[in-house]
Amino acid sequence: MSRSPLPYSQKILELFRNPKNLGRMEDATVSASAGNPACGDIISFYLKIDENMVITKASFESYGCAANIATASMLTEMVKGKTLEEAWKISWKDVANEVGGLPSVKFHCGVLAVGALRRAIREFFKKRGFKPNWLPEEDTFEEKQALEEEELAKVLSRRVIPGD
Amino acid sequence: MSYLENVRKLLEYHGEVRREVYLDLENSAPVPSEVLNEMLPYFNSRAYGNPTLTHKQGWEAYEAIMEAADTIAKSIGASPEELCFTSGEAEANNTAILGSLLDKKGKIVTSAIDPLTILLPLEILKRRGFEIVRVSVDSEGFIDLDEFSKAIDKDTVLVSTSIVNNEIGTIQPFKEIVEIAKDKNPDVIVHMDASDAYGRVMFSVRELNIDLLTLSSYKIMGPRGVAALYVRNGIRVERIIEGPVGTQRLWPGVENTPLIVGFKKASQLAFERFEENVNHMKKLRDMLIKELLSIEDTLINGPLGDKRAPDNVNISFLHCEGESLTIELSFRGVYVSSGSACTRRILQPSHVLIAIGREYEAAHGSILMKVSRYHSVDDIEYVIESFKPAVERIRSISPMGRK
Repeated sequence: MSRSPLPYSQKILELFRNPKNLGRMEDATVSASAGNPACGDIISFYLKIDENMVITKASFESYGCAANIATASMLTEMVKGKTLEEAWKISWKDVANEVGGLPSVKFHCGVLAVGALRRAIREFFKKRGFKPNWLPEEDTFEEKQALEEEELAKVLSRRVIPGD
Repeated sequence: MSYLENVRKLLEYHGEVRREVYLDLENSAPVPSEVLNEMLPYFNSRAYGNPTLTHKQGWEAYEAIMEAADTIAKSIGASPEELCFTSGEAEANNTAILGSLLDKKGKIVTSAIDPLTILLPLEILKRRGFEIVRVSVDSEGFIDLDEFSKAIDKDTVLVSTSIVNNEIGTIQPFKEIVEIAKDKNPDVIVHMDASDAYGRVMFSVRELNIDLLTLSSYKIMGPRGVAALYVRNGIRVERIIEGPVGTQRLWPGVENTPLIVGFKKASQLAFERFEENVNHMKKLRDMLIKELLSIEDTLINGPLGDKRAPDNVNISFLHCEGESLTIELSFRGVYVSSGSACTRRILQPSHVLIAIGREYEAAHGSILMKVSRYHSVDDIEYVIESFKPAVERIRSISPMGRK
């Protein structure tokens, strides 16, 4: 292909300008922050979970590009009213579709949003001290791509220019 | 949705803005009317022939190109035969590097902060067995002269670096760099990219005793798609693109006379009132730096004062992702760029900022701007006014640096 797609669309710009569910949630049941080893973006995900393990509220904060903000915003909308099991099954491709598609250079933004959500869900069960059957033992691809801040800084500080 | 439909919808959503100030002169530039008006006749009313051909339109084109070479060569103390027009800086740098080394072997010395139009062609040579030494720089981007000196030995065939760094505006001790190189090995070829020095920092190729030098048109507010490579008489450089050669020995193809004429006009305008232009840029630069640094949690990248290019402003806004900030500012009609990994297809933060020791967060929130003689104090005030709420909004989204 001789042409590169534009990294952005109208939908992403709209969500960038008017994100849904933005901000820290003081009464969150669980939260998780995750950084992207690909680019250094960081997002925080907050979930309010009821006794039936249904997500009643979700919010986010993003230290990232407009695609990061848009995908995180979209994901908070997608998980609302879903059980933790249903929310877990959302893939980064689902999020990318909901924001009208992402070019390959911005795939990692969707991956980070899903990775942070899954980290929050895993954290929830860790705190509760039990693991449902549907929750995989091993970290999924999305979670592996969502590093804690310290790990992130280590990966990024090793970066130099191409060829090194 | 096709790429075209996508961008049309995006632009429709963006909408018009009430005022625009374009400071992304690193990446492209608008052509000022006085330059454009000079170019226009060359598209269809005169000198539109091929300058190698035997008719009036061709001869007129030949004349226009020679006049441009004359004017631009004079501005750097060269003779017109030593100047070759190319289709841009990348092509000039690639020709300088690849074209002067095709049959050689050995070591090439550059710096850690040179532009990718230098560092990437050097990667090609590395794969072909050349040793590449990237000399480190200090926290303001100045090349370590001791390390540089040690890197030059009998095996060194080429030094390729810049007079002024394009991202952080560091004016290198370029005279010393050439002196040290020639002193340690008189056979070494010295190439410098002067794209960010030309028209802003005075130099002469004769005094410098330099072999190859790249000049940019759009970086002095000329049109894009044209640049020049100075090749000192007696230095052998070969073409890296083959085809029918016209008036430019190192560049095959039909010369783009209107662009070359625009480059000449921009050069005349830059040098006509050199001092006045430079002082104007410095005033605007310092205004921007002072006001933007008054925003909390900001860092200046590169030196301050006389060792900084008159047009360059590069500031990191911590806890604020740079690409988001460029988009937020675009909605306010302020156009800038960022060294954030997000803005790059290779997803790596600016190698320049990493080389001067900035943490990834500082690179992530860096904004690069350049001012020109066409900007007014009013424009800069508008930019400053726009930055404050834009930074505040992007920071309000971020979980970083919460107080």
